[in-house]
Amino acid sequence: MSKDIRIKKGLSINLVGGAEQTTSKAVLSNVYAINLDDFHGITPKMLVKQGAEVKAGEALFYNKDREDMLFVSPVSGELIEIQRGARRKILTLKILADKTQEQLTHTALDVKTASAAAVKAHLLKVGCWPYIKQRPYDIVADPDSTPKAIFISGYGTAPLAADPDYVLQGKEAEMQAALTALGKCTPGKVHVSVGTNGNSPLAKLEGIELHKISGPHPAGLVGTQINKIDPINKGELVWTVAPQDLVMIGEALLKGVFNPERIVALVGSSVKKPKYYATKIGTEISTFLYASGVNEENIRVINGDVLTGAKSSPDGYLGFYNNTVSAIPEGDDYDFFGWNKPIFNKISSTRALTFSWLQPKKKYKLDTNTNGEHRAFVVTGQYEAVFPLDIYPMQLLKACMVKDLDEMEQLGLYEVAPEDFSLTEFICISKQPHQQIIREGLDLMYKEIG
Amino acid sequence: MSLKNTLHNLKEKYKGKKMAPAFNALHTFLYMPNETTHSGSHVRAADDLKRTMNTVIMALIPVLFFGIFNTGYQHFAAIDAANNVAREFSLWGNFLTWDNFWLGAVQVVPIVIVSYGVGLAIEFLFAVIKGHEVEEGYLVTGMLVPLIVPVDTPLWMLAIAVAFGVVIGKEVFGGTGMNILNPALTIRAFLFFAYPTWMSGDKVWVHDAVNLAGTPDAISGETVLGYLAQNKDFSYSVSDMFFGFIPGSIGETSTLLILLGGLFLVFSKIASWRIMVSAVAGALVMAYIFNFAVDQEWISETSKFYGLMSLDGWKHLIVGGLAFGIVYMATDPVTGAQTNRGKWIYGFLIGFISIMIRAFNPAYPEGVFLAILLMNVFAPTIDHYVVRGNVKRRLKRLKNATIHPKSTDGKAEELKAETV
Repeated sequence: MSKDIRIKKGLSINLVGGAEQTTSKAVLSNVYAINLDDFHGITPKMLVKQGAEVKAGEALFYNKDREDMLFVSPVSGELIEIQRGARRKILTLKILADKTQEQLTHTALDVKTASAAAVKAHLLKVGCWPYIKQRPYDIVADPDSTPKAIFISGYGTAPLAADPDYVLQGKEAEMQAALTALGKCTPGKVHVSVGTNGNSPLAKLEGIELHKISGPHPAGLVGTQINKIDPINKGELVWTVAPQDLVMIGEALLKGVFNPERIVALVGSSVKKPKYYATKIGTEISTFLYASGVNEENIRVINGDVLTGAKSSPDGYLGFYNNTVSAIPEGDDYDFFGWNKPIFNKISSTRALTFSWLQPKKKYKLDTNTNGEHRAFVVTGQYEAVFPLDIYPMQLLKACMVKDLDEMEQLGLYEVAPEDFSLTEFICISKQPHQQIIREGLDLMYKEIG
Repeated sequence: MSLKNTLHNLKEKYKGKKMAPAFNALHTFLYMPNETTHSGSHVRAADDLKRTMNTVIMALIPVLFFGIFNTGYQHFAAIDAANNVAREFSLWGNFLTWDNFWLGAVQVVPIVIVSYGVGLAIEFLFAVIKGHEVEEGYLVTGMLVPLIVPVDTPLWMLAIAVAFGVVIGKEVFGGTGMNILNPALTIRAFLFFAYPTWMSGDKVWVHDAVNLAGTPDAISGETVLGYLAQNKDFSYSVSDMFFGFIPGSIGETSTLLILLGGLFLVFSKIASWRIMVSAVAGALVMAYIFNFAVDQEWISETSKFYGLMSLDGWKHLIVGGLAFGIVYMATDPVTGAQTNRGKWIYGFLIGFISIMIRAFNPAYPEGVFLAILLMNVFAPTIDHYVVRGNVKRRLKRLKNATIHPKSTDGKAEELKAETV
């Protein structure tokens, strides 16, 4: 059974550099890295010392609050470096890969008969638990919790993001196993959404509530779908899993391994030949970035899509959750009278001498310039036009800025993740850091109430 | 070395210094800064606050030029009228003339200069003291102020009013984006209450009418609303009023150009069409209620409210400052209602109250600036109730919430039971 959801509010950001649907095998990286910033709110406790040998799938560290939540190494090799920051906070773990890879294999789990507790224990042990995230707070899910529903968005609308229909091809068995297993963890439904074209491998799976989504970005964001399907109330809990992570969970269940291989879209206007690469989590981005070639020297490499990704560099490493790497030109240059001359080559949600409304299908080459300076909130009504959730975005942002917990709760902070505010941040005339404001609001809420 | 590099080096040199905001304000006026994204979205849309403000100024420029010509035209027309010289209007013959422009420019340009000069000086001062960047709010305010004052307003009065409006109306609240009252209207209100003889009456609306009063060359400086308030007849036709060939504040007379400016602002998505539409609706509702009262003969012809209440409802839109207020002042996003539903209510009440004050204010037959200031005060309340609606919806949903206990909660209880 499927239900159709049409999102009207939003803005599709068409950029140059979409990935061609061919997959090449990336060169093997010498060094792999786990970036601890990928796991928001997790305090790591190391299990192995610097210089130790680990197998692929062997635990590197665990969550300080939950000893059984393991975070594993994507490859076998030597842990050569533990990079630390201020107050000895661990930033990055680097592993020098062995020539011959050794894989740690657990016993597979029969998903049909396994209990919810067995599923949870298995995923924690294999190292796939961090792929399950929870809302409120947008953090790695608490294994002790029981969600009211699980949401999976198989509809990609983020600019230049990997096409889920393409990267999930042929992974039906793994995804089915994962969905069956996750379904046991909730008394509610497993909501899976796909685009309306009907090509999604997710559409044929069983034991799910299928939704067909259409409309501009942010229709593909899971937060938008939750809000339209079954919004989160105070005290409620939902889990979300990205479809490419579903595949890894499936492999963990079927084969008992942590398989870090995934298909990554290399995109962006700075990439000569944007296409897909088969590679592993933690791999050095340069292993495939330079295979496609870059158009200019001064580029911003982003782990993820251009709206929500993390800033990285060519010698950075593929993030734990990412299946998109974007490269766009840096915009660190001045623009003579850039604030009042007519603009044809940038996207705008207004028509104030900006002409992107004339060519809605045109693909743009945007750089990282903020196109203006940070200001107080002035203009109203702009965010609402691209924000389909039943929430007042500016009022919620202001509540987060003044740290008013009651107001944050009443205005719906439990329902959102920073990514839901990526589009309002994109169009923000006052250039406010929306995602950061929401993240800080969520963190405060988690600390005070969580 | 190019200008760009020179300025960049200067910026680096002044970074962190007291005067940096002042320098940056001038620098960013010339060049859009080289700032790149640090957190969140790596790309940003093309619009910034400067561009937004610039769009509003573009919508005001035609009104300003019209005001300059009209200043001259009204002056000469009043002299002709005083000397009983018949005057046939002709756009090229006696409106868009060099004489009109020169006379108007000599009057209006100093007002613009004082408005910007004093206002921006205060903005720069506060930016330097408080160490934040100079925000663009005053770019629009500085253009609005000359357009809503009588042409003969002494410059020193204007300077004091601007200083009051910017400091008390805006900076004490934290500057652009934080103010409760529209700064331009705060300035106008200050002038009105501090110097009423210069701001109202039948002399101030035409250049030199005040100076010539009591002399043999005395000319009239009365507005249409002034005639109406005194139940007097006037000679202006509907087309005069619509195109703006009538006396009044410098920029408020031409309904046509204001309408075009409003359409431009709506089209460019800078100003809220909701506020404009609902304000016009509110004004018409009040005006037709008055017309109805007159039709029912509740108001006699001898009543001092008769003139304004009997004016055809739709004509209220083309006289006085109502159109200008609705298009350029009511739509100020900072002081107006911020929610879409709130904008409908806010706009409607502005129109409604404007006409009410217009008819019932014995001292000054115009109400739009008071109505907008009043609604500025109520806008947060309106928004509060609109947002509460959203909160209530959320609380209603909460009743059906399905909350599953944590699996550890159960265990903890069991443990407790055992230890007891």
